[in-house]
Amino acid sequence: MSAQDQRSQDSRPLIHARNLSKQYGTTKALDGVGFDIEAGRIVGLIGPNGAGKTTALKAILGLTDFQGELSVLGFDPRKQRTELMEQVCFIADVAVLPRWIRVREAIEFVAGVHPRFSREKCQAFLAHTKIAPGMRVRELSKGMIVQLHLALVMAIDARLLVLDEPTLGLDILYRKSFYESLLADYFDENKTIIVTTHQVEEVEHILTDLMFVRDGKIVLAASMDEVGDRYAEVMVNPDRADAARALKPLNERQIFGKSIFLFDGIERSRLAALGELHKPSVADLFVATMKGTYA
Amino acid sequence: MNKLPLLLKREYWEHRGGFLWAPIWITGAILILTVLGIISAEVFRSNAHVQIGFSLDELRRSISAEDIAKAANGLDLVQLVFVGVASVGLFFVTFFYLLGALYDDRRDRSVLFWKSLPISDTETVASKALTAMLVMPLIVLAVATLAYVAFLVLVSVWIGAHGLNPLPAVLGSHPIGMLLRLIAIVPVTALWALPTVGWLLFWSAYVRSKPFLWAVLLPVVALIANAWLGALGAPHFGGNLHLASILGRLLFSVMPGSWAGADGISIGNEHVTFNMNDDHVVSSLDPSHIYGLLATPNLWIGVVGGLVLLFCAVQLRQRRVETSV
Repeated sequence: MSAQDQRSQDSRPLIHARNLSKQYGTTKALDGVGFDIEAGRIVGLIGPNGAGKTTALKAILGLTDFQGELSVLGFDPRKQRTELMEQVCFIADVAVLPRWIRVREAIEFVAGVHPRFSREKCQAFLAHTKIAPGMRVRELSKGMIVQLHLALVMAIDARLLVLDEPTLGLDILYRKSFYESLLADYFDENKTIIVTTHQVEEVEHILTDLMFVRDGKIVLAASMDEVGDRYAEVMVNPDRADAARALKPLNERQIFGKSIFLFDGIERSRLAALGELHKPSVADLFVATMKGTYA
Repeated sequence: MNKLPLLLKREYWEHRGGFLWAPIWITGAILILTVLGIISAEVFRSNAHVQIGFSLDELRRSISAEDIAKAANGLDLVQLVFVGVASVGLFFVTFFYLLGALYDDRRDRSVLFWKSLPISDTETVASKALTAMLVMPLIVLAVATLAYVAFLVLVSVWIGAHGLNPLPAVLGSHPIGMLLRLIAIVPVTALWALPTVGWLLFWSAYVRSKPFLWAVLLPVVALIANAWLGALGAPHFGGNLHLASILGRLLFSVMPGSWAGADGISIGNEHVTFNMNDDHVVSSLDPSHIYGLLATPNLWIGVVGGLVLLFCAVQLRQRRVETSV
């Protein structure tokens, strides 16, 4: 069955998870998690350290054992890893390309094992960088290694791209250009991207969906549009602060003598009466949702 | 799409230093020693104005057909020595290659890159085992053969410079026959090596750190503990000798030619008996002798044990991804 057939026959979501659980010793990395991810989305999987993000990604990639039900592109990642990896790409963090390999060897290898790899695309992307075919990975800077990895991955016509902290430790120029290339040269309606990162501010404008993870559970799963509808931030003068508190805000912080309240699911008209309305940033929403995580 | 050739190539890229340069340096060292020997012989001769040791001029006068046959056999022996010395190097390279093969990439996390490609764990493990069993011995054989050819040229020029014709001895030797026989030995040596290949790859896939300690010290400690229990009169496994030979099979079977000294080979079937005939090197490497090994249980028990260990290594490779988790 070709990928095309599979796509048309399979009306189920791209990723379908129910009751995912995984334990390391006594800590529950995943605690009965369930979610669906549709094709053509860019999903941000966001959570504090140790919340279970990486474990969830590893389960999707078939890199760890788990309990529960999980299908990725119709495959069981535990049993059909090799088939799955023909349509899934994965960038962990910057340090995973083997340090001994030369750029041209890496290209030859991926071209040889990956049926959906395009050498031309890869070389076209590398042409915009300072990376030369004879260089070894160990001679490249962190930023160049990520460029090389991205070039290899973007040249693969995969249906799902998984990014686990892809820009960790890079300077802002590399981080910006990483996400820009991803959006401009890679993403389209047939592709799906899942990304975890701590640099929420840098990905929030590219995400279509948001998933907050805390203590092995999903505490928020919504599209960015839904988030915009549901949550609102209001800047309130001190004299109306008590009225705002009565509406049970998720969070309150002070700035320039005013209070900023974050509300979930309160009517716009009522909030507008209190003060100036804003769309909350993902980072603010995250901080409010994760309050007390490390306490 | 058959990915195996590319996977073997990958191993070569990563370990070019051990696979190619180590045998080149080793055989190169023999060649340099040969040149040094020739130079010192010449210097001695011209300094002393007397002929010390064997005299080439003397030889020229009293050379017989028997001498030529001996010289030819000597050349065959030299060819075997080139391969043999390079094989000792090969043993160390192979041993540490296998210990690191499924461990190093987990330690530096590049396993996450390899695992992001559509390659099954069976293919990965198979490529590592085949590299150790076939690719590396064949490269060593090729390098040693080239070095031997260089040696022939060197010595022929030297002898020729003294007015002696080296051709009868060279033509009387069996460089091609030797090479074909040595190539024919490779598959048998590979089967013989399987238990060690499996054992080392197993620990390489299993450990979170220090594969050498696990793979080497564990069996040695087991052997000593067993002997100690025996000395105390406590229940223990009776045949310490058998245990030691199992241990030898697990650790040293990747040594090319280690089958020649094994117990099993001289038991039973007389074709199996392996004797190095110094007077006729080429016939002692006759395939009918070597392939007699295929009739011994020792070989096949090892093959089965090795395959079981390789199977376990594949299972472990699926589960144990990073060393830190």
